[in-house]
Amino acid sequence: MRTIALSHGAGGSEHAELLRRVVLPALGIDDGAPLLDAAVLSELDGRPVLTTDGFVVQPLRFAGGSIGTLAFCGTVNDLAMLGARPLALTVGLVIEAGLDVALLRAVLCDLGALARQHGVRIVAGDTKVVERGKGDGVFVTTAGLGVLPPGRVAPHPSRIAVGDVVLVNGALGDHGAAIVHARAGRSDAAEVSSDAAPLHGLVEALYAAGVDVHCLRDPTRGGVAEALHGLAHDAGVTIALDEAALPVRPAVAATCELLGLDPLQLANEGKLLAFVPADDAAVALAALRSQPQGADAAIAGVVADGSPLPLVTLRTRLGGRRVVARPVGEQLPRIC
Amino acid sequence: MCLAVPARVVEVHADGGGVVELGGVRQDIRLDLVPDAAVGEFVVVHVGFALARLDVAETERTLALVAAQRDEAP
Amino acid sequence: MRYVEAFASPAVVGPALAELRRALAPGRRYRLMEFCGGHTHALYRSGLIDLLPAEIAMVHGPGCPVCVLPAGPITAAIDLLERDASVVVATYADLMRVPAGRDSFAAARDRGLDVRPVHGPSEAYALAVAAPERRVVFVAIGFETTTPPTALVVQRAAREGRRNFFVYGQHLQSGAAIDHLLAAVAGGRLQLDGLVGPGHVALVVGAGFFAPFAAKGRLPIVVSGFAPFDLVRALTLLVRQVNAGRAEVEVAYDRAVTWDGNRAAQAAIDDVFEPRPRSVWRGLGELAGGSLRLRPAYRAWDAEHAFELRPVAASDHAHCLCPSILLGERAPLDCTLFGRACTPARPLGPCMVSAEGACAAVFHAGRHLLQRAGAARTESPCAPSR
Repeated sequence: MRTIALSHGAGGSEHAELLRRVVLPALGIDDGAPLLDAAVLSELDGRPVLTTDGFVVQPLRFAGGSIGTLAFCGTVNDLAMLGARPLALTVGLVIEAGLDVALLRAVLCDLGALARQHGVRIVAGDTKVVERGKGDGVFVTTAGLGVLPPGRVAPHPSRIAVGDVVLVNGALGDHGAAIVHARAGRSDAAEVSSDAAPLHGLVEALYAAGVDVHCLRDPTRGGVAEALHGLAHDAGVTIALDEAALPVRPAVAATCELLGLDPLQLANEGKLLAFVPADDAAVALAALRSQPQGADAAIAGVVADGSPLPLVTLRTRLGGRRVVARPVGEQLPRIC
Repeated sequence: MCLAVPARVVEVHADGGGVVELGGVRQDIRLDLVPDAAVGEFVVVHVGFALARLDVAETERTLALVAAQRDEAP
Repeated sequence: MRYVEAFASPAVVGPALAELRRALAPGRRYRLMEFCGGHTHALYRSGLIDLLPAEIAMVHGPGCPVCVLPAGPITAAIDLLERDASVVVATYADLMRVPAGRDSFAAARDRGLDVRPVHGPSEAYALAVAAPERRVVFVAIGFETTTPPTALVVQRAAREGRRNFFVYGQHLQSGAAIDHLLAAVAGGRLQLDGLVGPGHVALVVGAGFFAPFAAKGRLPIVVSGFAPFDLVRALTLLVRQVNAGRAEVEVAYDRAVTWDGNRAAQAAIDDVFEPRPRSVWRGLGELAGGSLRLRPAYRAWDAEHAFELRPVAASDHAHCLCPSILLGERAPLDCTLFGRACTPARPLGPCMVSAEGACAAVFHAGRHLLQRAGAARTESPCAPSR
């Protein structure tokens, strides 16, 4: 089969063939066991943590990954931001008729390989096909199950305290910039790759170092601006960032300069913002930097009193001050 | 409409097109309005068109002057 | 990125600010306008606005072409899309969310009409090349910086005999806006000591273009680049001129701006465009010679002729202060709608729509929020210790 047809989602023999020959092998779950719609899991040692996520991205493949990469990382990271260890995933596919099978296989392989590499089981799934023109290649939805180890208090905005330090594990805007170039059909134009990566290892490193993790947030759509805006509001604090301290790769900075974008508003898929007590900042920074995904970790800012108005502010390179605006609408390059 | 950036010319095509590079990012642009731009020179680019040449010697002179004044200042 | 970063670094801006402070005449205050919305944006985004001496009041000018574009052309283009499915409207991203009555290009796209944001006219032209069965209408906006690229693409369409590419010409001329400002100054409605001139418009028109305005208005004009260093240098040159009672054109962007500008670009504009007999700007009203349309020779690529576009005038909100704000007579925070009924997400007036509009620049920098939060000015490596 070269392209997906409606019959592949109809529940009959073609559907079974799609699963047997393409989907299950790509996801790495073709062990011959009967295919069931649900899975019984072993008992958990700790509190279960559940998330669901949907993935729509164009193009389906880009420098640094694919929708499959995002489906794994996005789901696992949602769990990791609550201090949970990822255990299992379910994968729902809505495929547009006409999609190239090789492309579908490739993106599912990305998902399957990451799941295998990180010991996360794909335990159930579903596959549907919609008519050509009714989908964007493929939409992926997942559910992710994790476990919060006994004794660990889940990170939460309510635990953010005035005086806390905000750390970031590396350079901002890589994913957004990579997508911008990929959409223009010019992935070759810049040495910019999506930073998509699972962060649970990084989170475990923080806990292993004894850091009192107050809150974690992954700055995905809307970038750091959106993520911090939400947290400032939820926690009722002002988050003061230091522009000079925020890591941005030269190619991402140049992309932003050329297209009138703001790195603080670009999506990240392998970054976290960690809120820790000031006393833990040095240890937290060292713990992040000890991991490959945290090599460029930095202290991005501090938490201040949010009365009367919680804000996200930026001390500019020149020493001036501005509020980090919440992204409005789709971030489109400006000319002016 | 003001967003224009200084970028280095890395390719000049016979048909008036070209490629500039800024911070490792390449962009296809038109050089029709700065037709004698050569590879290695810097141009100011706006909506995909080079509008002017950047006078690199003048630029470096300005930066050097500022640096000298800064070093002299008490 | 050297030439981008170098002129924005504290190491370079700090000494420039010190020089600006030294240039101030004791006891003197200065009202200086930055004409270009891009300069307004740069002042707030870099935080430079916080570091200027208190003796200098920056007045925001009308040089935001997205802000002053009347809503009529947007409505006309959307109406075209509704009645002709062969049409694709391509325009700059800045224009997507500009309100036109209760509509906008973004809203039109959301309901399925084919509107595509593009980075420039070349990209719009490429759409036409890629889809010969569609008719691409490029909504061309901007001041003289942006007009030559449009002109070149129109010339290319003519040369290549392309029949499915059209330009809906809405380019503006800076001179008309500056004349309007000078009239306001002469009429006592606006008090100004000097003008920071648009550096990228000057790449095209040349610094010399502003000389007649400086003379006529007896107003010093310093053409500035967009880096913080350029702006501080421009303010220093203006302050010195004001102190000396001079009214000349100078340049704080020597590395790119020349006295004559880009002759090829000027020729391209002149070849393709001519002034409209009537020109109405949003917020500012009637501005003689302010807008351009395609010349008869290029009628075949003129969307207005090909599609009989009829812009419908729309009035702005009753309490919108944009007409005064665009002229610098009032400030964004003076407007009762600012930050309440009128925000970038739901803009009521033109100044809030584009990121470079004065209201938008102030909103995005959160000046009103900082004010309400009672935030104090921050210590800076560039400011003198108090």
